[in-house]
Amino acid sequence: MCLAIPAAVTKILPDEMAVVSIDGVSKEISIALIEDLAVGDYVIIHVGYALTKIDPEEARRTLDLLRELSAE
Amino acid sequence: MKYVDEFRDKEIALGLAKAIRAEVDLARPYRFMEFCGGHTHTVSRYGLEDMLPNNVRMIHGPGCPVCVLPAGRIDMAIHLAMRPEVILCVYGDLMRVPGSQGASLLKAKARGADVRMVYSTIDAIRIAEENPAREVVFFAIGFETTTPPTAIMIRLAEKKHLSNFSVFCNHVLTPPAMQNILESSDIRNIGGVEIDGFIGPAHVSVIIGTTPYEFIAEEFGKPIVITGFEPLDMMQAILMLVRQVNEHRHEVENQYRRAVIRDGNLRAKEEVSTVFELRDRFEWRGLGRVPYGGLRLKPAYTKYDAELRFGMRELCVADDPACECGAILRGIKKPVDCKLFGTVCTPVTPMGSCMVSSEGACAAHWTYGRFRDHQQRPVS
Ligand code: SF4
Repeated sequence: MCLAIPAAVTKILPDEMAVVSIDGVSKEISIALIEDLAVGDYVIIHVGYALTKIDPEEARRTLDLLRELSAE
Repeated sequence: MKYVDEFRDKEIALGLAKAIRAEVDLARPYRFMEFCGGHTHTVSRYGLEDMLPNNVRMIHGPGCPVCVLPAGRIDMAIHLAMRPEVILCVYGDLMRVPGSQGASLLKAKARGADVRMVYSTIDAIRIAEENPAREVVFFAIGFETTTPPTAIMIRLAEKKHLSNFSVFCNHVLTPPAMQNILESSDIRNIGGVEIDGFIGPAHVSVIIGTTPYEFIAEEFGKPIVITGFEPLDMMQAILMLVRQVNEHRHEVENQYRRAVIRDGNLRAKEEVSTVFELRDRFEWRGLGRVPYGGLRLKPAYTKYDAELRFGMRELCVADDPACECGAILRGIKKPVDCKLFGTVCTPVTPMGSCMVSSEGACAAHWTYGRFRDHQQRPVS
């Protein structure tokens, strides 16, 4: 039950809510736990709440490192 | 980037498997426990164990909040739900968890109890607003990942002056459970398990950060790598653990940097500490009473505490003696070691909690692993 999924923010709504898209499916979620969210950001969703923003820079760095490690 | 497929690339996974093979010392075992059910699910679903050398073994730990919820708490919830004035709101996973004598919330619902499945705490608030003449109780359960949404909901109930709303709190904490697995006195009775390192929880750590695990790394000398749920994340984490073991290091390392920072989510932690405080002890299925292993509402919020509002009596129920959940949650036994596995106990007819949640070790093995049993590798 701790499974959570990445989703893209498509619309910020009033009352700390937002619409996200998960593989094209829209869902309304709470963003009360996150600061400074913008349309286009990716968040991790769990039980209807965004838990955190995904850091695209860090994601890229991890992928680069994975490629490096696998090529060693 | 969508942060999913990129971390499932087969070629990179094979490259990582090669890197792991190149670095392991064949003369010693590497026994790594994944604490989190999401990781157990990934290991089974992508067959990661088949990609690892024989002396690297994954041990499936407690996993999932549903798996560690004792049967007595389910019985308490069933009694509550049978009261005519009560609407009990629960996350879907809980409906089929067995209480005593095969009882479940699903069966209670069939007998007339008003049990409603919710996706989010926001739904529970809405139900309370729509039913002012009824008592709406939210069955709160979960590790640190699920606790902040409960805290936010309680504060929202307060803001909206909802007087027909309360929470049956079953929130539990991860680090004390890790400690319990390593040092519980019970281990003398049911046997201990050797662990050379932990795959640390992904989304729990999104909230609490990496610092709460430092005492385990330091005091117990166990390496911990916090990692994401995708197969490449896990393969990299296993490589990082192998390196720590080889270099005699025991640190908390963070593979999941795209989502986890050292201090975690400060806003979420603040919400939680406003509303909740530690319980001295809380019973975990399979682990017994874990010191400081659970949370309850702070005095300022006790009016939302369903246990007090309805005078709920603590019920302790022993698990079915044939069910090996306890030993499985501690990583001492594997699902196939339970004689009920796949016969009496299947996901459709679960006898124990490990078979209910898709993240439970038994359910994960039933869904993805059982076809490989005939070629099970020797345990090192
Ligand atoms: S197979 Fe069923 S009865 Fe056996 S340990 Fe797993 S959940 Fe419990």
